[in-house]
Amino acid sequence: MQQSNRLRPFFENITFDRADNEMILNFGPQHPSAHGQLRLMLHMQQEQITKAHPDIGYLHRGMEKMAENMIYNEFMPTTDRMDYIASSSNNYGFALAVEKLIGLDVPRRAKVIRMLLLEVNRLMSHLFWLATTALDIGAMTVFLFAFREREYLMDLVEDYCGARLTHAAIRIGGVPLDLPDNFMDDLRKFLDKLPENIKDYEDLLDTNRIWLMRMENVGVISKEMALSWGCSGVMLRASGVAWDIRKEEPYELYDEVEFNVPVSDKGDNYARYKLYMAEMRESAKILYQVIDMYEGTSTELMAHAPQYISAPKLDIMTQNYALMQHFVLVTQGMRPPVGEVYIPTESPKGELGYYINSQGGPYPYRLKLRAPSFWHTGILTDLLPGHYIPDVVSIIGTTNIVFGEVDR
Amino acid sequence: MAQHQVNYLKDGGLPVALTTIDKVVNWGRSNSIWALTYGLACCGIEMMASGASRYDFDRFGTIFRASPRQAELMVVAGTLTKKHAEFIRRLYDQMTEPKWVISMGSCANTGGMFNTYSTVQGVDRVIPVDLYLPGCAPRPETLQYAVMMLQQKIRKEPASRAQKPKRLM
Repeated sequence: MQQSNRLRPFFENITFDRADNEMILNFGPQHPSAHGQLRLMLHMQQEQITKAHPDIGYLHRGMEKMAENMIYNEFMPTTDRMDYIASSSNNYGFALAVEKLIGLDVPRRAKVIRMLLLEVNRLMSHLFWLATTALDIGAMTVFLFAFREREYLMDLVEDYCGARLTHAAIRIGGVPLDLPDNFMDDLRKFLDKLPENIKDYEDLLDTNRIWLMRMENVGVISKEMALSWGCSGVMLRASGVAWDIRKEEPYELYDEVEFNVPVSDKGDNYARYKLYMAEMRESAKILYQVIDMYEGTSTELMAHAPQYISAPKLDIMTQNYALMQHFVLVTQGMRPPVGEVYIPTESPKGELGYYINSQGGPYPYRLKLRAPSFWHTGILTDLLPGHYIPDVVSIIGTTNIVFGEVDR
Repeated sequence: MAQHQVNYLKDGGLPVALTTIDKVVNWGRSNSIWALTYGLACCGIEMMASGASRYDFDRFGTIFRASPRQAELMVVAGTLTKKHAEFIRRLYDQMTEPKWVISMGSCANTGGMFNTYSTVQGVDRVIPVDLYLPGCAPRPETLQYAVMMLQQKIRKEPASRAQKPKRLM
């Protein structure tokens, strides 16, 4: 039955020379620790890897091309599906890029809500990272613990925008909704308990012999290597470069809040793990400060720019001109001025950048997504040789790559 | 010689249950559906969440297995691209009979929002699908409901005969 349409393995642009003892191991694309659809071609001498070739594109959905046929607001939900662990940070990056292109100023309350969403997403992403990496290495308990806390955060986001995973909670020019009544109390309750939870994880992992053996001095990235491969985020900071875009080019309200950028110069898996844990604590610190900022802001949520942004609902219902504007903006889309813009933001994974080239039309002429995971996948070529098979899993784990983002 | 004397007609009845082979086999099959970990994209995260602490898929006897040879349910969670289509067919063929497929999320059902050059417009073009699960991304409860629907479907099927070849769309 299967003979007529038998499938043959297909290797594109890869030549195999098997003169010596070399074995070629195909890792993925369906592998429980491949974080989605990573495929690695590993050339091995015994257990040791001599050459690694990451093969990507198994989740290529053509987002950049889609963007060229969509009006700006229409593209927003698509950005959710890039780094689907922390959707709002993708929404935000895109919204910020378009706002810079137009030259919009966002009301303060919207900024505060955006900050809340960004940091909640960072916590969600880091907890997810911890859960999956621990699971890959065999610590099932940590997986269950971290997912438990992550569900509380998802409840919070669900309270705000109604979605658990793909939020689309940020609009160009502001945010669509005000916070629900009990949001701040719930968030504060969660944050009060977070240090305890983080301590639980650390108690389980920090001095765990297996965890240390799999993490310490495995996957060491030197400073030069990290810089030359274009690493960002935790990958870069674990290698001794104190680079955080929230500090270097503060966007939103990051220049008003007090927080540290944890850095380590070890460069191995364990250093990255410690940085993720430290960043969770910093996120909690930021969130406490942002909660206090919310009080006393005016109730405006969207920027006032009739040419680009629809008026508030009340105006649309009562004023003819606002309704006309709204109709044009929904059917035809906003037309940003001619120009190009590149805006980097610090997503939980690293530098997430949006490049938009506008020719004055309602569709972007070109939209480039600079996703951090793409570069962190590339580094596997240099990082894996010399390591052993079990190390591959822990290294992929700590690079924190998400394939929606790599392949786009 | 047995000393105990049980009056089967009095003390709780006979220790015998009358049933059919079909029902026994299907009872076992439907309550131990082992699923393949096949998270392709965003829906895979919700699939993980449904296996994790709050939603706890183990209650249904559903345990995620990493190997297709140990799995009987394939939850296609996420976007299937043309580059990956070859592998999904191979994995499906590697699963042992009887096997079922749940197509989770809009992307797997119809291609969803990604109507582009690289996306397969529905996994039912490659493998036969038993259950379609709408949503983008469906909540964990939805996936659990789908598994319960699948259990009902399994209980109605004859257990002894080989599965009929399913039709591709």
